[in-house]
Amino acid sequence: MSEKKQATDSTLRREIKMGDIDPEFKREIREVPGIEKIRLCFQCGTCTADCPIARFSEIYSPRKIMRMTQLGMKKKLLSSESLWLCAACFTCVDHCPQGVDIAAVVRALRNMAVREGIIPDVFKELTNNILKTGYAYRIPELRLKKRVEQGLPPLPEANLEDVAKLFDAVAVSKKMEKR
Amino acid sequence: MAELKYLMFLGCVIPYRITSYEISARKVLERLDVELVEMPEFNCCGLPIDGVDHDAMLLLAARNLCLAEQQNLNILTLCPGCAGTLRKVNLSLQEDKKLKARVNGYLKEIGMEFKGGKTSVRHIIQALIEDVGLEKVKDSVVKPLTGLKVAEHNGCHILRPTKYVGFDDPDNPVLLKKLVEATGAECLDYLYETDCCGAPVIGVNDKIPLYLAGDKLRNVKAVDAQAMITVCPFCHMMFDINQPRIERLLSETFGIPVLHYPQLLGLAMGLSPKELAIDELRVDATQLLDNI
Repeated sequence: MSEKKQATDSTLRREIKMGDIDPEFKREIREVPGIEKIRLCFQCGTCTADCPIARFSEIYSPRKIMRMTQLGMKKKLLSSESLWLCAACFTCVDHCPQGVDIAAVVRALRNMAVREGIIPDVFKELTNNILKTGYAYRIPELRLKKRVEQGLPPLPEANLEDVAKLFDAVAVSKKMEKR
Repeated sequence: MAELKYLMFLGCVIPYRITSYEISARKVLERLDVELVEMPEFNCCGLPIDGVDHDAMLLLAARNLCLAEQQNLNILTLCPGCAGTLRKVNLSLQEDKKLKARVNGYLKEIGMEFKGGKTSVRHIIQALIEDVGLEKVKDSVVKPLTGLKVAEHNGCHILRPTKYVGFDDPDNPVLLKKLVEATGAECLDYLYETDCCGAPVIGVNDKIPLYLAGDKLRNVKAVDAQAMITVCPFCHMMFDINQPRIERLLSETFGIPVLHYPQLLGLAMGLSPKELAIDELRVDATQLLDNI
């Protein structure tokens, strides 16, 4: 093998340490309903090729996230910034030849990260807004007044008691507070 | 009496920032004899926190579906995100008995039960095509926008995932184009037309979505479109409100007015720009209006 060829091979090679692999995680993630087909991913890369975010990001690759999930690279996955870059446009879901619900896998990984205490501020804020107002965004008083001037009907009020009960039922706040 | 009646699900981002969409949509729907009943109570559809907790999303969506069942009405949304989420949860709960039982177990805590099969969910574009009908939309046009060239940007969740949406062809969508053409305007094709606007990522990374939306604006400009037409409050925010920011980041000028589809249709119905809240747009549309 020529020296040049060897150099190319070593840059292409990605080392995966056994210590990065959590065999339990593979099982855990496969039990999430709707994402069982992750087993069938054969790394064709259609998801990444058709992903609008991947066109403009050097780190975001749904194909890579699928492989790391199959291998059970829990820690690396859950702490990765790229986990939060999926825009949920569902192009990959529609195009996957193996029928893997890639967006659902990413969502399940995000849910797991949250339970490990990893959650971007923006998601914390959205969740708290819903809990406190029923709406994901804090609608300024001025907007509400302007609605009247513009002849728009008043905004329907949130039933905050119900929202709190539902959040409690699935322990949302508790999951977010861990760590 | 109105021929069609829906429960209006406004969502969060429209009353927060994009009232021009709501104002124009209400005006054109009224012209098309569509009656809107306001939601008796509201909570977010759940989509923004699907990544935080999938179960919480399911419950928020299911609660809204229960309210619609109580009213015995189909839901109409202006936001593709709300439409996609409510639709997906509505179908999932009907298909998956185990999931339905689990969700109903939680809903019992608030005295509600999802029955299923009684109501459906429509995005405004879907309602215009499937319920109102393209012919009626065409008939409502009194001032055709002949000579106007625009480009459309579809909302992802109106089209995908196919398994739950089943509206139009996601890889080659034509229905919004037909609605645009119904106004007399020409709807141009452009590169990467079906790509997402990037908005959902902006809270985590503000560069990627701006580059992505900038690429789309550049492609729209390249075909000499005079305006961009959107049907989603998030897409509109990316292309309209963020357009000056994108121009600064890329050191390019676009100057492309971004109209909500109901604003375009409203103009063709002879409604005034003021009535359609066109003056609320960030990118000035005066020149566009002069050309009509």
